[in-house]
Amino acid sequence: MRPFAYERAGDLVSAVTAATIEADSQIRAPIQFLAGGTTLLDLMKIDVMRPERLIDINPLEKSLSEISFDRSGLRLGALARMSAVAHHPDVEREYPVISQALKLGASAQLRNMATLGGNVLQRTRCPYFRDVSWHACNKRDPGSGCSARQGLNRNHAVLGTSDHCIAAYPGDFAQALIALDATVSIAGSKGDRRIPFSDLHRLPADTPHIETTLSPGELITEFHFPARPWARRSLYLKVRDRESYEFAVASAVVALDLADGVVRDIRIALGGVATVPWRSLAAEDALRGKPLDESRAGMAAEAAFATAKTFGGNDFKPELGRATLVRALLAVAMLEVRS
Amino acid sequence: MNVSARAEGGMIGRPTPRIDGRLKVTGAARYPSDVILEDTAYAFLVMSTIARGRIKEFDLTEAQAVDGVLDILTYENTKGKVRKSRYFMRGGYAASSVVPLESPKIWHDGQIVAMVVAETYEAAREAAYKVRVESSAREAAPGFDERRPQPRQTPHIFAGSEPQVGDAETAFQDSDVQIDAYYTTPTQHHNAIELYTTTCVWSGDQLTVHEPSQYVHGLKNGLAKQLGIKPEKVRAVSPFIGGAFGAKAALTSRTALVAIAAKRLNRPVKLVATRQQGFTVSTYRAETQHHIKLGADRSGRLMSLSHEGWEVSSRSDDYKVAGTETTALLYACPNVFTRVNIVHADRSTPGFMRSPAEVPYVFALESAMDELAAALSMDPVELRRINDTRVSPIDQKPFSSRSLRTCYDRAAEAFGWSKRNPVPGSMQDGEWLVGWGCATACYPTNVAPAEARVTLAPNGTARVQTAGHDLGTGAYTAIALTAAEFLGVSLESINVELGDSTLPPAPVAGGSNATASICNAVAQACEDIRDRLARAAVQSGGALRGADATSIRLSRGALVSADGRSEELKESLSRLGFGPIEGFSKYVPEVASLPIRIMGHTLLSRGLPVMTIGTSAGDHVQYAFGAEFVEVRVHERTREIRVPRLVGAFAAGRIVSPTTARSQLLGALIWGVASALHEETEIDERVTRYVNKDLADYMIPVNADIRDVEVILVPEEDHKVNALGIKGLGELGNVGTNAAIANAVYHATGRRIRDLPIRIEDLL
Ligand SMILES: Cc1cc2nc3c(=O)[nH]c(=O)nc-3n(C[C@H](O)[C@H](O)[C@H](O)COP(=O)(O)OP(=O)(O)OC[C@H]3O[C@@H](n4cnc5c(N)ncnc54)[C@H](O)[C@@H]3O)c2cc1C
Ligand code: SF4
Repeated sequence: MRPFAYERAGDLVSAVTAATIEADSQIRAPIQFLAGGTTLLDLMKIDVMRPERLIDINPLEKSLSEISFDRSGLRLGALARMSAVAHHPDVEREYPVISQALKLGASAQLRNMATLGGNVLQRTRCPYFRDVSWHACNKRDPGSGCSARQGLNRNHAVLGTSDHCIAAYPGDFAQALIALDATVSIAGSKGDRRIPFSDLHRLPADTPHIETTLSPGELITEFHFPARPWARRSLYLKVRDRESYEFAVASAVVALDLADGVVRDIRIALGGVATVPWRSLAAEDALRGKPLDESRAGMAAEAAFATAKTFGGNDFKPELGRATLVRALLAVAMLEVRS
Repeated sequence: MNVSARAEGGMIGRPTPRIDGRLKVTGAARYPSDVILEDTAYAFLVMSTIARGRIKEFDLTEAQAVDGVLDILTYENTKGKVRKSRYFMRGGYAASSVVPLESPKIWHDGQIVAMVVAETYEAAREAAYKVRVESSAREAAPGFDERRPQPRQTPHIFAGSEPQVGDAETAFQDSDVQIDAYYTTPTQHHNAIELYTTTCVWSGDQLTVHEPSQYVHGLKNGLAKQLGIKPEKVRAVSPFIGGAFGAKAALTSRTALVAIAAKRLNRPVKLVATRQQGFTVSTYRAETQHHIKLGADRSGRLMSLSHEGWEVSSRSDDYKVAGTETTALLYACPNVFTRVNIVHADRSTPGFMRSPAEVPYVFALESAMDELAAALSMDPVELRRINDTRVSPIDQKPFSSRSLRTCYDRAAEAFGWSKRNPVPGSMQDGEWLVGWGCATACYPTNVAPAEARVTLAPNGTARVQTAGHDLGTGAYTAIALTAAEFLGVSLESINVELGDSTLPPAPVAGGSNATASICNAVAQACEDIRDRLARAAVQSGGALRGADATSIRLSRGALVSADGRSEELKESLSRLGFGPIEGFSKYVPEVASLPIRIMGHTLLSRGLPVMTIGTSAGDHVQYAFGAEFVEVRVHERTREIRVPRLVGAFAAGRIVSPTTARSQLLGALIWGVASALHEETEIDERVTRYVNKDLADYMIPVNADIRDVEVILVPEEDHKVNALGIKGLGELGNVGTNAAIANAVYHATGRRIRDLPIRIEDLL
């Protein structure tokens, strides 16, 4: 860890003003917001992130941690803690997939600390990224190469990869956000904006170091989930190498609007297998208007991974990803949902 | 001397909560890593990032500019300061024969190339990040070149580690049923919770080292040798150890550097190697390969067993575990062939890790046994029963005791094995495929010379001193129970002191020898006290006048004769002088060879490893055994593997402390799960560097992975192993678990996985 200046945010406006700075991306900016710190401090200790200044946004918690549910949908403040949201009765009842995705992430201690805003901005677990003694990592050091492509890449992505980076997006909650048509409210020194969650993360392409469309100084204030008929019949299935406290090898979000065994509408997102939170429109299209059975589920899974590209260590991932999606689809169809 | 005959009874074998438990849970126990001395300076290591080559140049400008930096050690200013101590497997102390900061040569990734010392930990760390090392790398060999057999590269260093009898190849060819298969186990790291830390402080020419150690006398003597000072000038202190598992036994290269830095600065220096650095600061379990051939007749009787192993070692040392010593005598078999090969690679030197030899070698054999049972359509338990033996098949020496069958019977019953449908894939429960598997656990009974001092006060309290170690194993409790038994006092009156090289020397806490060695030594020291008190008492004019001295026991603060007469301890003691009485013992294992009898205590006091191992215990062989049964569940679609149930039955002679013994076995079974399904240090073979060097990426089971674990202690009496009949069980429980799980996975899925760890992708 290197020396840094620490300050506590006074209010939202001064926080974003203070954090606005020239940098090639928000995540590499020399000024960083400190929320739960479970990603940021970790990466600072291992010298991957080297901010010069931290602005602690926890003083804004009161105004930015609201959890509210009404007819228009669900609002979650960006500073709400993972555990608070996961166990909130409205969330558990109306959006079970959100609650599950949060409960299955990290550990109880981390969930008590970590915020939703920090959660969606958590960084890849690519071991070459996380250890600065590996010189080649385009995400850490643009243009230096990628150690993982021909290295150890069991945990790496098979969807959305580029020649420059194949790192998987590790988070669980973001899969629920992207599946459920969520939007993100953002405050910035140049004004506030609201974007679909699907516009927040960027594919690695040839700039894997630019992970989101946030500018330096922009602060996520809130997530909004619209009310939708498929929200209640939803689930998160996380397949991993141990029972708890582990990132997904493959995961799936499915939210289903089912009428008489026929798919009226459906939302599908895939975790552990893609470079960004990944909604699979191809899989959704394969099911919309069709009965949901084993063979249809299999076809949707095929469609979901049709463009998958593997790198040796992760050759098994398309097959596991398909199995995960099929299992999730069949399980969600069987759910008993009270209206 | 038969000490057990004179025991008061009732203490050894009494279930007792760990006597140091309260200290530990309240934080009162001071581990070496907790030590912070006044005016301490902090050290941080800089490691090589190449596996082979030379350092060309250091650029320390930026690092030295960091506020608070006091000193930076590199080979340029430290060369020649650390003297060579021989490699511990070759009669020295060091975990590797590479001398720290001796030259620009790089032997392996993660080698210490510099150590920064600063006013604070933070400054040292920041400066360490700023040390620039320019080096030239050469192509490095990561380990085995291919997955299959390697050329034999080094002759074995220990005689007798490749047991053979008969003509295994011919017998194999002639066998009705044959199994011929390869197995592998991965690189693994101990990852004890207490990191590799060292604090050194000089007082004049006297050095004190606070370092978590499972061999304080080795640490003291080895460090003295490296620093070129007399051993009595070094004191090593390690009263509690937050896990060691073999990695804190031999002297690592960090310690001398901290001592040198402390001397140069003339103030205490503390080093905390990070979790990541720990992967190469100390040792590890290297990957292994095995070729097993089993031949049997139709009734399941083994006719031929051949086991060839390949192990990875460093360029500098020829470490190997050679587990065929054990696999050759597990079952009756007239024809046995074994061989062990070392493959040298550009890696740090491996070392002991809980059940070093048995974990990989027994995995291979017990997997093959399950394959044989399947080929014979025979129950795997029955196959073990048919091939059980009372003697070593190699030289017909009898086992001192062997309760393998009883262990199988007890564990099978507790597990409900009779309800098993033998057909693979037949026991589905909902979406989960259920598999049941079993395997044999075994571990040699090793015993070492040990010394102990016991001081008994007139008020009936006693102090037991020996430089043994409690790695979390329960040593404090077992030793206290033994002393309480032989002194005839309550457990609360016993105060045990361990883990300090100023105490009478005790052996390395390794090879599961500690309980047997130290408790026998303590019993003898107590006997020394009893004997002196008794002889004085019978010659005196007191109550015990004329009684038979040998029949007098210590009981509840009194001396009691066989005919019921008794005398207060106070009175007996006063006869021998003022105050407490001290008993001392130099225990030599009853089964020790002549050289150990003659030289054992000299070697012990020099901190050199000396031990009578289970396969060379006089006219018999001595082993502890167990049988382990597991249930695994594999999801029918996504193939996650879970282990909801483990049952192990173990027989290990006399159990001194059943509560902590059970904890040992419980933990061992859990580690067995890790060894089958989770643990693997991954190597990027392009550059021979480890990749998953922290606990986020190096997987171990979490609480949610462990459900029902049942430990059964099977009673066993063995008067041959040592006077107290103790076998030791610290390493018994995690032997065979990996095989039991692989066998259960086969039963669940019909897939035979021969390469550990077993992961989702192996079953898709
Ligand atoms: C051991 C471990 C295991 C884990 N396992 C899982 C898992 O299984 N599943 C999973 O999903 N996650 C997992 N995580 C990740 C964890 O969920 C994230 O670390 C956490 O959610 C981050 O939230 P935080 O509030 O601590 O973020 P911080 O560390 O405080 O911030 C992270 C980044 O986001 C920025 N930031 C924070 N808040 C905002 C905001 N409101 N607006 C703009 N920028 C902001 C910060 O500047 C920083 O760059 C794990 C983490 C650890 C350490
Ligand atoms: S996959 Fe991405 S994060 Fe990993 S080494 Fe390559 S560029 Fe870096």
